[in-house]
Amino acid sequence: MSDERKPILETRKLGITFGGLVAVSDFNIKVFQGELVGLIGPNGAGKTTVFNMLTGVYKPTEGSVLLEGHVLNGKKTHQFVAAGVARTFQNIRLFKQMTVLENVLAAFTKDIKYGMLDSLFRTPRFWKTEKELKAKALDLLSIFHLEDKSDYIAANLPYGQQRKLEIARALATDMKLLLLDEPAAGMNPTETAELLDCINAIRNRFGIAILLIEHDMSLVMNICERIQVIDYGVTIAEGLPDDIAKNPKVIAAYLGQ
Amino acid sequence: MIKNKTTQGYILNTLVIALLLIGFSFIKEAYGKAGDFKLIIAPSIWQCCYLIILAASLNLTLGFLGQLSLGHCGFMAIGAYSAALLSLAAERAGIFTEKSGTAFILVLAGCILAAGILAALVGLLVGIPALRLKGDYLAIITLGFGMIIVNIINNLPFAGQEGLAIGSASPSLYKNGLGFGTALKVTYIWVAIVVTLVCVAMMFMFVRSKYGRAIRAIRDDEIAASASGINTSFYKGLTFAYSAFFAGVAGALYACSNATLSTASFAFSNGGILNSTFVVVMVVLGGMGSLTGSIAAAVVMFLVNYQIKNGMWVKLLPMWLQNIFAFPMLVYAVILVIVIMFRPKGIFGTYELSLRNFVSDMKKQRQSRLLQKQNNKEAMSHE
Repeated sequence: MSDERKPILETRKLGITFGGLVAVSDFNIKVFQGELVGLIGPNGAGKTTVFNMLTGVYKPTEGSVLLEGHVLNGKKTHQFVAAGVARTFQNIRLFKQMTVLENVLAAFTKDIKYGMLDSLFRTPRFWKTEKELKAKALDLLSIFHLEDKSDYIAANLPYGQQRKLEIARALATDMKLLLLDEPAAGMNPTETAELLDCINAIRNRFGIAILLIEHDMSLVMNICERIQVIDYGVTIAEGLPDDIAKNPKVIAAYLGQ
Repeated sequence: MIKNKTTQGYILNTLVIALLLIGFSFIKEAYGKAGDFKLIIAPSIWQCCYLIILAASLNLTLGFLGQLSLGHCGFMAIGAYSAALLSLAAERAGIFTEKSGTAFILVLAGCILAAGILAALVGLLVGIPALRLKGDYLAIITLGFGMIIVNIINNLPFAGQEGLAIGSASPSLYKNGLGFGTALKVTYIWVAIVVTLVCVAMMFMFVRSKYGRAIRAIRDDEIAASASGINTSFYKGLTFAYSAFFAGVAGALYACSNATLSTASFAFSNGGILNSTFVVVMVVLGGMGSLTGSIAAAVVMFLVNYQIKNGMWVKLLPMWLQNIFAFPMLVYAVILVIVIMFRPKGIFGTYELSLRNFVSDMKKQRQSRLLQKQNNKEAMSHE
């Protein structure tokens, strides 16, 4: 791995404590352009906490998050998104009462240039923007084969498609780094295979970096280029999938000593 | 032939509204001087107009943004008092002497606009700290705000508890301000109708743009909304102020249609039709997230309120029922309970009535109902 390349995401000694509990400490990770990195660890290891710090939901008590060299500490979630970090959630969080299309359109909000007066008087600029965004949204949905369901209410989609819609919505924010929190949780093998196809498709098309949390070791071993393992908030191993699988510390953490 | 569905909808709506207005103006010409129209119908239309604006604007915060605000009539009070005081000041300054001519129309327009803007500013001021809270806490804060506003107005030397009608030094709105008597209410009925149309159109444009999408996203899932790049506090504050603006405009219309203003009519303890909880009932009844639902519910609730108080048929009812009707709030409560039991989403749910799509929507609904029946039958035969 060439260290001259500039990482998209870099964390330096990232840590957070809740009262006396040290949830994560000394967490260092580098994710480069176009890479798929896996973050694994047993239940309660602090994986989602790391994600929450990387998206501004939690404010880290020490260390810093850098996106393309810019420090993002202390910023709010929507500012993290504007900087280029998008995420999905472990338990799906869609805009349930809105249609599939509106779910994606809502994620365009920060990039829409027209203002209040444009929308009140329905200026040509308003119509033009809305038309362009609709086409863009349908294009995004077509990657996930959801374009004919664009009028469905999001809550009425089957589980697997809800997951895909969540990823489509994250892609709509025009990000550089995508954080996927257990995307395959609760999916059957067919759905998981479909999801992997989708992830590969978006990697080929957008060339973005992906950081992935997953429980299913076999799945992570298949798709990740690099893996970082944490347990009790501390990084216990990092490297190539094959090395991780043989690492005695990782085996101990997963199976117990 | 125009292909664009949205344009078709706009043209159809404009045509229907224009036709209704022309029809209405004929009726006004024919019966405008008659007692019933002057004494009952015209004042009722005024009241309906400000109730429609009030309910629809609360729906923006309650139905679309999903934040329970119980102080909406506080904003209305601000609008009513600022419009009334401004008009009195304009009269004293000699800008208008009689209630006709361009000068008066300009003052009227200025008062309505100023009422809205002032209410919006106060809305922003209250909204920014209050919207950091959620659910019950926000409800309590806004409830308190409604009470505080009433108390502040009560203690202002130039407004006061007695309203704007005492003595010769505090002139009444009919004589010196923008208040309209029965005859003028008929003459200026277009003001109420035009203001209502403009307000409702503005709310529709807001809801059907990026703003509407953003606030509905916040309602459905605030964490996901901010993770999708939506600045939640900005859109919340904006919506709160925007909805307060229309409450202020509704207040200005209220000031137009009354001889006096009294804070008692906006107070939380008020048992009448102007009461923040009553507006909440209207929104819930019409359907949270449906502006057309709020409009329908405002008219329905106005009619219920009117009939309970003035309907001839009430006299025919048994005495115990009449006694209950003496407390209209009890009746509203029963209506609300019935609606919640049989149609928890309100009459309209989130459906927006559309003239263009009305026929196809009805067809769709019938089809889905038939399909459901068929499914039920099949399920029965399997058993």
